[in-house]
Amino acid sequence: MSDVVERTLTALPGLLSLDLQTGAGKLSSTSKLGNLIRSITELTSKHDEEKLIKRELAAIKEQVSSPNTTMRQMKETMVRSIYCEMLGYEADFTYIHAIKLAQQGSVLEKRVGYLAVSLFLNENHELLLLLVNTVLKDLQSTNLIEVCMALTVVSQIFPRDMIPAILPLVEEKLNHPKEIIRRKAVQALHKFYLIAPNQVQHIHSKFRKALCDKDPGVMAASLHIYLQMIKESADSYRDLAGSFVTILKQVVGGKLPVDYNYHSVPAPWVQIQLLRILALLGKDDQSTSELMYDVLDESIRRAEINHNITYAILFECVKTIYTIHPKEELLEKAAKCIGNFVLSPKINLKYLGLKALTYVVQQDANLALQHQMTIIECLDHSDIIIKRETLELLFRITNAQNVTVIVEKMLDFLRLCHEDYAIIDLVAKVAELAEKYAPDNRWFIETMSTIFTVGGELMQPDIPSNFLRLLAEGSDSVEDDRLLRTYAVDSYVSLLQTNPTKLPQRFLQVISWVLGEYSHLVDDLSPCLVIDLLVRLLERPAVASDTRSWVMTAVGKLSTGAGGGTGAGGGTAEGGAGLVQRVSQQHSSSLDTQLRQQALELQLLSQDPELHTRVLPRGAVWGSLEVDSSLSFLDGFVSEALARGAAPYKPPHQRQEELRQEKALSLEPYALSLPISLSSCSIADRQSPTLLSISSGLSGNSTELPHRAGSGSLKLEGVKRVWGKDGYLPQREVPEGPSILQEASAPAPQTFPQQGGALTPPSADPSEEDRDKQQLASSLFVGLSSHNSTCLMGKPEAPVPQRFRRKHKNTDSASASSSSDSSHSPHDAANHFLYSSLLEEGPASPIMLAQNSLAPPKRTEANGTHTRGDTPVLPTANGVAEVGDQEAPPSLTMANEEAPSPGVGRHRDPPLLMGGMKLVQPCPPHPAPRASTQSSAEGADPPQLPELPPEPDHLPPELRNLPHSDMAPLASDQSLSLSCCRVHREDALVLVLQMSNACGAALLDVSVELQCHELKVASLRGNALESLPAQSVRVCWYTLLMEAPHTHVMVTGSVSYREESGPSHALEISSKLSLADFLRPLVLSTEEYGKLWLSLSQDVKQNLTLLDPDGDPLCSSLSVLKDKLQLHVVDIIGSEGIVACKLLQGAPCLLHCRVHAGALAVWLRSPVPGLPDCLLYHLQRALQER
Amino acid sequence: MYSIKASQPNSGHRCLERYTFLKFFVAALNQLSLSSAPLQIRFLLLFSRQGKVRLQKWYAPTPEREKKKVMRDMTTLVLARKPRTCNFLDWRDLKIVYKRYASLYFCCGLENQDNELLALEVLHRFVELLDKYFGNVCELDIIFNFEKAYFILDEFLMGGEILETSKTSISKAIEASDLLQETMEEYMSKPAF
Repeated sequence: MSDVVERTLTALPGLLSLDLQTGAGKLSSTSKLGNLIRSITELTSKHDEEKLIKRELAAIKEQVSSPNTTMRQMKETMVRSIYCEMLGYEADFTYIHAIKLAQQGSVLEKRVGYLAVSLFLNENHELLLLLVNTVLKDLQSTNLIEVCMALTVVSQIFPRDMIPAILPLVEEKLNHPKEIIRRKAVQALHKFYLIAPNQVQHIHSKFRKALCDKDPGVMAASLHIYLQMIKESADSYRDLAGSFVTILKQVVGGKLPVDYNYHSVPAPWVQIQLLRILALLGKDDQSTSELMYDVLDESIRRAEINHNITYAILFECVKTIYTIHPKEELLEKAAKCIGNFVLSPKINLKYLGLKALTYVVQQDANLALQHQMTIIECLDHSDIIIKRETLELLFRITNAQNVTVIVEKMLDFLRLCHEDYAIIDLVAKVAELAEKYAPDNRWFIETMSTIFTVGGELMQPDIPSNFLRLLAEGSDSVEDDRLLRTYAVDSYVSLLQTNPTKLPQRFLQVISWVLGEYSHLVDDLSPCLVIDLLVRLLERPAVASDTRSWVMTAVGKLSTGAGGGTGAGGGTAEGGAGLVQRVSQQHSSSLDTQLRQQALELQLLSQDPELHTRVLPRGAVWGSLEVDSSLSFLDGFVSEALARGAAPYKPPHQRQEELRQEKALSLEPYALSLPISLSSCSIADRQSPTLLSISSGLSGNSTELPHRAGSGSLKLEGVKRVWGKDGYLPQREVPEGPSILQEASAPAPQTFPQQGGALTPPSADPSEEDRDKQQLASSLFVGLSSHNSTCLMGKPEAPVPQRFRRKHKNTDSASASSSSDSSHSPHDAANHFLYSSLLEEGPASPIMLAQNSLAPPKRTEANGTHTRGDTPVLPTANGVAEVGDQEAPPSLTMANEEAPSPGVGRHRDPPLLMGGMKLVQPCPPHPAPRASTQSSAEGADPPQLPELPPEPDHLPPELRNLPHSDMAPLASDQSLSLSCCRVHREDALVLVLQMSNACGAALLDVSVELQCHELKVASLRGNALESLPAQSVRVCWYTLLMEAPHTHVMVTGSVSYREESGPSHALEISSKLSLADFLRPLVLSTEEYGKLWLSLSQDVKQNLTLLDPDGDPLCSSLSVLKDKLQLHVVDIIGSEGIVACKLLQGAPCLLHCRVHAGALAVWLRSPVPGLPDCLLYHLQRALQER
Repeated sequence: MYSIKASQPNSGHRCLERYTFLKFFVAALNQLSLSSAPLQIRFLLLFSRQGKVRLQKWYAPTPEREKKKVMRDMTTLVLARKPRTCNFLDWRDLKIVYKRYASLYFCCGLENQDNELLALEVLHRFVELLDKYFGNVCELDIIFNFEKAYFILDEFLMGGEILETSKTSISKAIEASDLLQETMEEYMSKPAF
């Protein structure tokens, strides 16, 4: 086809000058539009074009505003103004006329009017409201074309608020005899569903009808809606899986009319849509997946024509196969498809193959290994897009062993890249990898420096923050910390000495913070020198003012050392102090108020060493800050917002993850790849097709320890030595003993392939280039297969991803103690930061709180000044707190204590059900008696209802054995009193409503209505009574099902009754239920937990307060959570605990808890988006209420 | 929240984090109403080898200035592509899929995770439809009858989704509304003023 076009268009230049035949044939040569287009084509300069269009627009304006213009002329004018708009000139004065045209014109003119409207206006344009009436009229028109046009415009653009006005009409069209109208109606409803899902909820059944429509077009249109709905909740549509499979079978089998074929492939778009739906339905559901195996197999088999569209279908098949419950046979076929893609000479297919590999590589690392040579080739591909996609793939196979090579490749790419988005994305990835897998200090610092230089101002601000936190919080090994910090200081000093002008602001800020904080660690570095370097920064005009304040703070911190403090620079103290004096004086009249303030503070501080040490203590300990890290003072605000329907907060990384979700099947960045122990590692190695790493096979932990302790600077455990001093290790046939290890762990040798390549003795091998590639391959794909062997080891490591593991190992080797789980290395901390939500980062908050709530205003002021002076320095914040502490102890303590309270439970008394009720949880063996004693003991408090009979008697016997709360009074009047009780049935919450007639006469026609928008409410029994005899008690039950998670839901309702021969009454009831009522323990084994953990995507992390920090904090905290929220504690291993629960019978939520730095670091995962957040809220509450 | 912000006007990295947190927090709260679902195709552009735009269709609300930026970027990026490179491009968070048909570039912006090859075929299908309607379509057809091209596009792609995959039924729909046009031959041939 394109050839035909090509041929036609080669004759184009001639056509333009000749009389226009084909193109303009349908257009009168004298028409204004023709003239306009022609004259624009003839123009050469942009300026002329502008002039011409301006004139044209003026003419259009005149014409549209003239009352004599006919609709026909108006239509012609409208086309011209569309043309002008398309060229980028605004013609907004015609918008209103476009609407008018759509309203008043005849069919043809109307069509142009609608077109203009859909092109000109966007969804929020106010003029759109004027369209509603026109659409309404046209929808009711008897002319099919008018109806079609109205539906077309509606499905492109329609004001959200006005949907109810036309919804009934559109719905009606679903039954229209003409299939095109039905199809368009479905499409319009799809649009409505996208912009206002609530409004079309009631027509879900009609969607099903559309799905079964006899016209394939209507069916295809309905698939769009289903895809969207299934994306949101797959569970509700699993019953349709069979139908979708049948449809796909028919489509694949060529049962659709032939005109749906595209290049003799039957309805490819429908196929792909169905494949996507099936992927969503089959995910995590074995039985549904089993339904589709056959049809997937057939799809692959039938897609054999060599055409793009078949490849597109195959790609979709591969994705589906890898998403649903795996089946060996299909996986093999899918892998073969991927292989064909990757190996294809067609570049588009190669690209798609890489993309597919990226999807599946985390499930099947061997696939990447199979294609390693192709991947290497792609890495050097001339097309930058291919390169980028390859890096994406490499990012996903990175592990501790190939990190240096991969990061080097990424940095190479970054240095040549000029595209902002690509830079931001890659920089974040490199930073992630560097923090997670850094082999040694030097590499880490250098890589981070490169990132800061390349990333500049573009990168996300949390990268430098995380880096600084990593430095500051350090690890358990003081020595390691010191080395990391000194190395950072050294490298930054030399950077500043050479050429600081080109460094981006963010990097300068990092540098000045590090220098200010840690330069005293380097013995032979005089503070004067550092101060001098920093001060020079202040004098550069290119340095931004906020960077200046970082620099100034650093100078302030350094001035102690310079002024003769504890630092090593005692000899040059005079010079340093002088310098500080000079700087502070120089800037004390700066126009920048911020800088001036800091200069003045600096001046004061340098005169008062005692104050200085108090305000800016050296090496303040991070952990000593008391932090309300859960920001619980915002709870009230948050829960209000959630109650109003707000989406729960998601940290940025998670949002990113969600975006990436479709890109990768398993989001866990290669969790299993790290060898659990060196022994497993060596097993892996032997299986590795790369024949790598015979070297470290023999060395166990014990041999390694002494060397590590000695050299201290390299953290190479788990890293196979690919490159030794003598070059490429795997080429040696003999396994290396510990001696090579010793060499390798000396700081000097780097594991870059280039260096190694240079060291390899040059050989006369003709395929030198090939060999280079081989080597690159082996360094890139090292350790990939160990992934598999780790799985084979039997014990699934799943719930404890690599970072937890790693810490353990680090401790092992660094401090030579066999196991002490509470430690954390910098790497560990890095990972922790990387995944910690912003919510968690709050060490500064108590200070703020203290400031806000300190009683005497003067005090606040003083504190404020200090803090402002040194905000770049976090550890010193501690100092400020101390200042406050000494000078105003009572108020500060008070502030600290009060701080978390404002939003928390105490303030907002939860109504009714929440208040003062304890859940009674009888165990099955001794149910009733215990329940009754407890509840009668506790439920005795309501004084206003003395006539309340002992509750358990009225609890239906089948519910009595279930865990339930006591009866709590809901409402009462003179004749009827209502109370209720929550019974936790396994599959639902049963609300038992007890009505007791307190008056002397029977009550008639008692009926109960209960409703809640968030829940599924079903009445089980007893919600309508003909009469309630005097002094009697009846119960009615409701089952409540929560499908989407909410922290709290309000159930409201009313009970109406009539007194005998009296007026009717109604009692309003309402009660608040919490998520905890809908949680059920999920009992599974550690192995099952592991599998499930990996398959879940929504995750949230947060630090919570620990209970009982002196005793066994983990156990006691977990048991409190278990009791309050009905969680199931799967296992407790050392300082980590894994806990599981589910939302009724539905979505599971897994928790991974770890005691970390005095807090309980909780990591929640669930397939349902909101569940972790909601649960987290209750976890916080549960722990705080204790 | 404001008081917290106000008391920490400084540039400490900790402060930075708090800022970002609060920003995200507020953004997360504001986001609530804007949960419009993602579209697969965000925009479709047709432009000539000289970078002149022939057709533009936006499937997501886009401000005017942004549109201009997109068009500028697309023309420069796509026209700068060397031969024998793939038909896909990264642009911001979107995947650009383009294909050249004679002197005209067809180019669409996709959500990143969509199937690029499929989008390529969407473009191809659009060209086929144009071809069927105009009979050996060429750039001039589209230049002078761009509104017809829009009509065809609207029958084919709606809200960024493929509406109809049957070639004949699309043609039928277009022809049905064109039928009126044919009977009003006079209407068409006369100048409109």
